[in-house]
Amino acid sequence: MRQPVLEIRNLDVGYGLGDVALRAVRDVSLTLHRGEVLGLAGESGSGKSTLAYGVTRLLPPPGVITGGEVVYHPENGSPYDVLALGDRELRAFRWAETAIVFQGAMNSLNPVHRISVQLTDVIAAHQPDLSARARAERAREMLRLVGIAADRMDAYPHQLSGGMRQRVMIGMALALQPQIVIMDEPTTALDVVMQRQILRQLVALRERLGFSVIFITHDLSLLVEFADRIAIMYGGRIVEEAPASALYRDALHPYTAGLLGSFPALRGPRRDLTGIPGSPPDLTSMPTGCSFHPRCPKAFEPCPVTIPPLGSPDTPGGSTRTVACLLHPATNPEVR
Amino acid sequence: MKHLLQRVLFYLFTAWAAITVNFFIPRLIPGDPVQALIARYKGQMSSDAIASLYVLFGIDKHASLWSDYLKYWKQLAHGDLGLSFTSFPTPVSEIIASSLPWTLALVGITTIISFLLGTGLGVIAGWRRGSWVDGLLPVTTFLSSIPYFWLGLVAIALLAGPGSYFPSSGGYEPGLVPAFDSYFLSSAIQHSILPALTILISSVSGWILSMRNMMVTVAAEDYITVAHAKGLPERRVALSYAARNALLPNVSGFALALGFIVGGTLLVEIVFSYPGLGFQLFRAVGAKDYPLMQGIFLVITISVLVANLLADVAYLMLDPRTRKEG
Ligand SMILES: Nc1ncnc2c1ncn2[C@@H]1O[C@H](COP(=O)(O)OP(=O)(O)OP(=O)(O)O)[C@@H](O)[C@H]1O
Ligand SMILES: [Mg+2]
Repeated sequence: MRQPVLEIRNLDVGYGLGDVALRAVRDVSLTLHRGEVLGLAGESGSGKSTLAYGVTRLLPPPGVITGGEVVYHPENGSPYDVLALGDRELRAFRWAETAIVFQGAMNSLNPVHRISVQLTDVIAAHQPDLSARARAERAREMLRLVGIAADRMDAYPHQLSGGMRQRVMIGMALALQPQIVIMDEPTTALDVVMQRQILRQLVALRERLGFSVIFITHDLSLLVEFADRIAIMYGGRIVEEAPASALYRDALHPYTAGLLGSFPALRGPRRDLTGIPGSPPDLTSMPTGCSFHPRCPKAFEPCPVTIPPLGSPDTPGGSTRTVACLLHPATNPEVR
Repeated sequence: MKHLLQRVLFYLFTAWAAITVNFFIPRLIPGDPVQALIARYKGQMSSDAIASLYVLFGIDKHASLWSDYLKYWKQLAHGDLGLSFTSFPTPVSEIIASSLPWTLALVGITTIISFLLGTGLGVIAGWRRGSWVDGLLPVTTFLSSIPYFWLGLVAIALLAGPGSYFPSSGGYEPGLVPAFDSYFLSSAIQHSILPALTILISSVSGWILSMRNMMVTVAAEDYITVAHAKGLPERRVALSYAARNALLPNVSGFALALGFIVGGTLLVEIVFSYPGLGFQLFRAVGAKDYPLMQGIFLVITISVLVANLLADVAYLMLDPRTRKEG
């Protein structure tokens, strides 16, 4: 049995408080195991970034975490709830244990400081005993790791191309050898070739350095190729979670099937591109029951009434995956 | 570097244009300053003296405009700005030299203090929204919305006058001889406190507001979130990441404000009868003292241009994106 490194339990995140609150993440439970790449996919607005921000407690106002736990398992030592950390502990936890590459990696670098400054200041903040020379050496090593010549250390962000900036951010994320790296669409601004090149680099690095990755994208084909497991988000909830190959071969949730149907097959016979009719739900007035039922081709009577719980389905290999759909009643719906 | 050179050339051209306009303006104004001067001396002048006055003032009707213009430049090159009409025959350059230090000291120091104080408060107000500093904002905004003239008069009426510590006018106690001794300096400082305070009150909220708003804007930038995510100390995020970027527009604003020190404080000096350049300009306008006006305008023009250049250099130093390599 693989060990968990991060357990998200019943996490609720909203924007605003009280009646006007918009519930962007609803009762999400997700486990990241040591050394795996966990993909997180879903349409725009499904709450992927909000989940990432919530886990790292970086929500921009008016975002608030309204419930749940985020349990981190350090390499040595006992697990603790990230949401309960004090300011000082939180600061020590950030980047050293969990680094994050943001959706807007293009603007993630401070325009007025050199790359070297921004690579070394995070090392200095977490390892104050390290000499300046050792910090610079580490920074140079990180750049080499992501395939950027060490002489770009003295460059300013605007002197680098978009792809280079993105790779600098990935290098920066690895500078303290964290256990977890969260990547929120780190490659969307890049061309397809560059995207795959960076991802391949990342997977290779993961094998060498042994960190775990949460990889967020709305491009499911990318995940099928690179992730170990994939979780699908819809309207703030996880609707399906499975090993990548199982999900690709045999999607249980009609929404997953719809997502898979909206890009060309990676291999094997050609299939028709279908896409999903309708548009993502309005988070302020969610449909009753299963939030996907208005768009679902397979909806039946109970769908508008009952919210399907997330649980393992009664199918071959069902114990390795979960789904929230009334077509596949859970054998062990999660206790809540 | 090429960019800066272009700017310098542009400013030189502007300076040339301003100086040329300065040459023409008094020649286009109706009325004859020499006649005015003669009238003041009530006909006690010989016709010889009058002719030499025309030559002296550079409005010799017999010389061509072009030779006048060349002569004007030659004089400028020697720092000769002509003679003042009102304090005839004191050279204009002397009057400017004696009043400029007063303006520079009062308004210059106040502008710097106002900028530093306002920017500092703006950083805090923008970073800690809802803190007491942020609550100060409506008050300072209200104070700065009071027309300066009124603010000055109210300050004088309430705080200055007989028996009060604050004198209501002048730059130092009448009868003292300007010198660098402690007695004169303390008198000068005593006279400058009230005008300095009124300038501070009316100008500081501008700096606070612009800095605060920039801080709020910058705080939403991705690189600030990244700085938080990196677990950097709060102070470093606030200063080295947020304030350092938010400062950029304020610094060029500051450089421009330095340019307006010389010319932009007419009101202060009028209200407090402060012996600075603004007050001289006010008097020169009243007395139709064209050479003095010309001289003061020239100083103002040049200081504004130098300030612009300063703003360019500051921006170039602070924002690497404006530096084009090569
Ligand atoms: N600062 C905010 N204030 C209010 N609502 C927000 C804010 N940020 C996001 N939301 C809302 O929360 C929901 C989830 O947004 P989120 O950014 O997490 O989506 P996402 O899955 O990352 O989408 P994308 O693929 O476009 O990045 C959306 O409905 C969005 O409108
Ligand atoms: Mg997103």
